[in-house]
Amino acid sequence: MDKMPKWADVVLIPLISLILAALLSALVILGIGEDPVAAVKLMVNGALGSTYGWGYTLYYATNFMFTGLAVAVAAHAGLFNIGGEGQAMLGGLGVALVCLLIPWPHWTLALAFAALGAGIFGAAWAAIPAYLQAKRGSHIVITTIMFNFIAAAVLNYVLVNVLRPEGSMDPATERFPQAVHLPSLHELLAPIGINFSKSAPANVSLLVAMGACLFVWLLIWRTPLGYEIRSLGKSEPGARYAGISSVRTVMIAMLISGALAGMMAVNNVMGEAERLVLNATEGAGFIGIAVALMGRNHPFGVFLAAILFGFLYQGGAELALWTSIPRELIVVIQALVILFTGALDNMVRMPLEKIFLAVRRGQN
Amino acid sequence: MEFLTIIQILDSTVRLATPLLLACLAGLYSERAGIFDIGLEGKMLMAAFFSAAVAAVTGNVWLGLLAGIASSLLLAGLHGVASITFRGNQLISGVAINFLAAGMTVLIAQDWFQQGGRTPSLFSGGRFTPITLPFADSLSGVPVLGPVYSELLSGHSVLVYIAFLAVPATWWILFRTRFGLRLRAVGENPAAVDTAGVSVVGLRYGAVMICGLLCGIAGAYLATALQAGFVKDMTAGRGFIALAALIFAKWRPWHAMGACLLFGLLQAIALRFQNIQLGGIVIPVQAMDALPYVLTVVILAGFVGKAIPPRAGGEPYVKER
Repeated sequence: MDKMPKWADVVLIPLISLILAALLSALVILGIGEDPVAAVKLMVNGALGSTYGWGYTLYYATNFMFTGLAVAVAAHAGLFNIGGEGQAMLGGLGVALVCLLIPWPHWTLALAFAALGAGIFGAAWAAIPAYLQAKRGSHIVITTIMFNFIAAAVLNYVLVNVLRPEGSMDPATERFPQAVHLPSLHELLAPIGINFSKSAPANVSLLVAMGACLFVWLLIWRTPLGYEIRSLGKSEPGARYAGISSVRTVMIAMLISGALAGMMAVNNVMGEAERLVLNATEGAGFIGIAVALMGRNHPFGVFLAAILFGFLYQGGAELALWTSIPRELIVVIQALVILFTGALDNMVRMPLEKIFLAVRRGQN
Repeated sequence: MEFLTIIQILDSTVRLATPLLLACLAGLYSERAGIFDIGLEGKMLMAAFFSAAVAAVTGNVWLGLLAGIASSLLLAGLHGVASITFRGNQLISGVAINFLAAGMTVLIAQDWFQQGGRTPSLFSGGRFTPITLPFADSLSGVPVLGPVYSELLSGHSVLVYIAFLAVPATWWILFRTRFGLRLRAVGENPAAVDTAGVSVVGLRYGAVMICGLLCGIAGAYLATALQAGFVKDMTAGRGFIALAALIFAKWRPWHAMGACLLFGLLQAIALRFQNIQLGGIVIPVQAMDALPYVLTVVILAGFVGKAIPPRAGGEPYVKER
């Protein structure tokens, strides 16, 4: 018998963790001499008060959906993929190569192949840590951390020495051709009479990200492969006893995870910057960890958590613009969310379980 | 290459290896006791900020060092509460600590000093000054050995000597004391330690706190000796290079020193030369940056002597099943 009803596990615990993180964040804001209530108002207004704000919120959320799903898929297999950042960087390289080397007739084709390129590059970057974990028993957390740094060095080399246009000092590729420009939400919504902000970066990749959420849900809960992944994550000896190859499952789960992280580049590289710059990922790979923890590794939870973090990011930018609170407040909030929903999960769970047990005993 | 150039590169190797070595030994205590710590980076960063901030305000570098150590211990305590008391995921706790430090340091720095997330530059009293070893000046004329003694060995700050003395001290504590034996045992088989009537929780907290202490010194060294003040994200991945060195050294103190000196040398070379020409082949500077990580992955892969971590590493200890 479960100690707690399912709704408590899925809704109540994350909610309490979130409230704890929010309370501590409010204390931090008080500590630096600002008003938390005013700060929240400003964030809500800036991130959700206009289609411009929504455009940025959804743009960030799109990034976090991809990286959150990447962490979630690996987590279902019992693996902690901390390398989303590096995989997303390499995904950016894939997108840049696809967009620059091939003259695309239309953005739809370009989008499909850019997503493919991003996925392949991201998956390739996850493949070596996955192989080393599956075959040689090297800890995947350490190897994926190392691969983040190696990815940064590779991107630095490629942008400075290979892809930088002649005569340019900026370590970045040239601008992608106009034909691969992805329609923004403004262009998508204008025909149906919705006037969405022109200058916000949210674009059609949002739909790709939502599609990816659906894909992950189908994969994890509606396919034999998903069953194998979950079995491995629950118990490796159990999975092996059931005839599931752990090497094969680890490899596949990590390849899918890396591909999802890589596909983030469709949004930030192709949809927003329209060229590949240094540090294009801006830490989105790490936010994926918080998003997956918050969303309890469920695609719908990831979707909601990604929008929450998109809101925090855009709201944080507004705060930095209008108050003396630096953007790093968001990093603190992100840390607190990871801390409470991840590392200190038991701190919330243990007392709750006791309460639920006591209530149940009272009923019998 | 000239002899003096080599001495200079080795000298900067020692300087750059020091924070790596302190953080690496910090990780060694924690991981030998079975607590994974990927939050070395965050603890160093927090200590770097508080040491520089307090040194800037008081003008006393020793108070700065104490403040740095205290802040690092606080984060170490948090890691202990999350991973020992509440048996949470040690890796996730480490990730959270890194972000907490990255955010809080800039937030507080901006609030206290309004200089865009940095502390004011430190002047003489606020920094650790180089120590000249006895006879360094008079011996500098001696060929070969003179420069080695006066340039390479002498003229570092006290924290450098502390770091290198911490290596034999760590070896002695781990392999020649009862505490060390128990600490290693708790990382391999905590149930056996528990059966012997020794507190697993106590030992692990002890190890995590020693880790916090050493990370604190490492961070203080960065901000008050290597550089003169705190700047945003000044650890720049050193905590992870230290982690790499720890694996490279297979969790052994003397080897840790070797690994840190090697990685320090790579940093020193990358700092001095941009691209290196080796018989017609140009090695780009990015390759030097990536080399510590690549070497660690190779070692982890077990192609060159397999790295096997302490057996109970990462597993929370549950007394009764």
